[in-house]
Amino acid sequence: MGRTLAEKVWDAHVVRQGGPGEPDLLYIDLHLVHEVTSPQAFDGLRQAGRPVRRPDLTIATEDHNVPTQAIDQPIADLTSRTQVDTLRRNCAEFGVRLHSLGDAEQGIVHVVGPQLGLTQPGTTVVCGDSHTSTHGAFGALAFGIGTSEVEHVLATQTLPLAPFRTMAITVEGELPEGTTAKDVILAVIAKIGTGGGQGYVLEYRGEAIRALSMEARMTICNMSIEAGARAGMIAPDQTTFDYLAGRPHAPAGADWDAAVQWWSTLHTDDDAVFDAEVVLQAADLEPFVTWGTNPGQGVPLSGSVPDPATITDPDARHAAERALAYMDLAPGTPLRAVAVDTVFIGSCTNGRIEDLRTAAEVLRGRKVADGVRVLVVPGSARVRLQAEAEGLDQVFTDVGAEWRNAGCSMCLGMNPDQLAPGERAVSTSNRNFEGRQGKGGRTHLSSVEVAAATAVRGTLSSPADLDAPVPA
Amino acid sequence: MEPFTTHTGVGVPLRRSNVDTDQIIPAVYLKRVSRTGFEDGLFAAWRGDPSFVLDQPGYAGGSVLVAGPDFGTGSSREHAVWALKDYGFRVVLAPRFADIFRGNSGKQGLVAGQVAQEDVEALWALLEAEPGTRVTVDLDTRTVTCGSFSAPFVVDDYTRWRLMEGLDDIGLTLRSEADIDAFEAVRPSWKPATLPVRA
Repeated sequence: MGRTLAEKVWDAHVVRQGGPGEPDLLYIDLHLVHEVTSPQAFDGLRQAGRPVRRPDLTIATEDHNVPTQAIDQPIADLTSRTQVDTLRRNCAEFGVRLHSLGDAEQGIVHVVGPQLGLTQPGTTVVCGDSHTSTHGAFGALAFGIGTSEVEHVLATQTLPLAPFRTMAITVEGELPEGTTAKDVILAVIAKIGTGGGQGYVLEYRGEAIRALSMEARMTICNMSIEAGARAGMIAPDQTTFDYLAGRPHAPAGADWDAAVQWWSTLHTDDDAVFDAEVVLQAADLEPFVTWGTNPGQGVPLSGSVPDPATITDPDARHAAERALAYMDLAPGTPLRAVAVDTVFIGSCTNGRIEDLRTAAEVLRGRKVADGVRVLVVPGSARVRLQAEAEGLDQVFTDVGAEWRNAGCSMCLGMNPDQLAPGERAVSTSNRNFEGRQGKGGRTHLSSVEVAAATAVRGTLSSPADLDAPVPA
Repeated sequence: MEPFTTHTGVGVPLRRSNVDTDQIIPAVYLKRVSRTGFEDGLFAAWRGDPSFVLDQPGYAGGSVLVAGPDFGTGSSREHAVWALKDYGFRVVLAPRFADIFRGNSGKQGLVAGQVAQEDVEALWALLEAEPGTRVTVDLDTRTVTCGSFSAPFVVDDYTRWRLMEGLDDIGLTLRSEADIDAFEAVRPSWKPATLPVRA
C-alpha cells in the first residue's frame, strides 16, 4: 500500500522503532529556539552536565519578548530583559547560533527558518512553539513541543513520538478573487472545530492549494494547530523549489540535484489511505473573520454574529454565550458593522514580505480612519529591510500606520504592544483567545486584505468595500 | 520524577470547555527563567472573581481538576503544566485533551486522564453538590472514584508506565545512543545545517 507524505517523512527519520504501544524514536533535522521556552531546558542540561548534541542543527532567535520600538536601548521590561539575556548566555555557553535584536537575521523563528533556507522539504523541524506547524508548507514534518522536549532534543537530537493519524484537507477548484489563504484556513477551522484535527497531521491538497505561493502556504500550515492538529503539511513542488533555490542554507550544486531528486518523491502516493478526509470547494469561500474567542468561532465577513440560542450542542452554546459576553457583541450584528480601535498586521501567520506588499497595496494613497491605531510589524529584520528597500514603510507611515521592528509583538502581547482592556482589534495573527493580545482585549482574526481595508474604514471591511459608504 | 501510583485529593469542577493554555497561564507570566513558582499565574484572568471555582473556599487545596472537553488547547507552553503542578494539582480529568498539553503533562508527572463526557458531568454534579469532596485517581487500574461513583479513564500504556516508574525521558533515550550514532552516520550530507553560518 502507498504512503502519505507525512508517513514518508516519518519513516525517513526513525532512529529506533518502538515496540507495540511504545513511541518511535525520531531524528530531528532542525531545532529552532527562542527565549521563552528554552531557559528551563538549558538549565536542565547544565544540571545533568549534558552538552547540546548538535549545535549545527540548532538556531536561536529573540522574538516573543522583544520590543518593536527603540531596539537600540536596553529592554525596559526587566523580566523580558532577563529572559533575553538568559538566552544570550545559554547560546554562548552551549555554542548555539543566535540572532539577537539588532541583527539582520533576527525575527520570529518561523519567519527566520524559511528565509534562511533552513526549512527544507522532508525535514523534521521542532521548536518550543506551537506555530512550528508553519514549516509544514515545505513538506517538512514540523511541530511544536514543550520545554521538556526542547531539553530532550538539545540533549539527544531525537524525540520519542507516538505515531500520528493523517487527515487530507482538499480544497478543490480556484479561489474566488479577494479570497486568501487566511480565509481558507479560518474556514477549515470553523468547519472541523478547534479539536477537529486532534491527533492528526493535516495534509492540504487540491488545486487551490497548489496555486498558492510559499508565503500563503505557510499561512495555512501555521494555523493547523488552531484546529488542534499536531502538524500541517503541503507536498513540495516547483513553487517550493523555486522559493528555496539560492537561499543561504539551501543545498547548492550537486547537493541541490540530490536534494531535489528526493524532494520530488515527497508526495502522497495515489493508493495511500488517509485516516480522515475533508473536502472544501474553493468557490464557496469568501473573506472570513472571527467573532468569538477561539479561532473556530468564525463566519464570512458578509455574515452576522451568530445567535447562541440556535446552537444545539449545549457545550458549544455555552462557549458562544461566554464569547459574545467577552467580545461585547450582540447576536445578529452584521460583522461589517463592527468598529475596531486597533489593527495589527504581522505575526508568524501573516508577517512575511508578501503580506506587507499586500497591505501596502490596499493602503496606498488612502488614510487610516480617525481614532484607529495601526501597527505594521514585519516578521523579521530581513523582511523589514526588504520592505524598506521597496518603499513599503513610506506607504505605511504616509497613511498613518506605525512601522515597527520585527518580533511577535501584539500577536501575544509579551512586549509593550498590547490591547488595553475593552479595546477591539482586527488582527492578522492566529489566536483570538480571551486576553491574548492584552488583558480584556478583543480580537477579530482576519486576512491582511481585510485588516488593511478595516484600517481605512474603521469597521470590519474587505478591499472591495473601500469605495462604499461606512455603515451607520 | 516522582513515581505516581494513586492519589486522593479534593476535586475541583471546572465547568468550561476549550480551556486554552492562554487561560491556564497568560503570556505575561512566561517571562521567568525558573521552573517553579508559577502558581500565581494559574487561571490569572479568572482569579479574584468570587464565582470562579478556585476562589471558593470549599475547593481550597484542590488537587484533582475536572474540566470540560479540549483542555489545554493552543500554545505549547509547558508553563501551563508547571502552573497546575505548582498550585498543587496532580491530576486533570477531561473528555478530551490537546495533544501538546497531554504530552507535556506526561513529562512532568501530571496525570492527564481522559474521562467520558457523562462521567465528567457526574463528577461535576458530585463536586458541586458538596465542595471539598475527595476524589481518588488510581493509575494502576486507571479508575477514578468519588464516593460510590467510579469510572475508568484513559492514559496510554507507555505514559502510564513512565509515570508509574517515574522515568526521565532523556535518560531513557540515551540508552539508545548507539542507534542515534548509526542514524547520523548515514544521514545525507546535504541536509540543512545552521553552522557554519552562510549568508
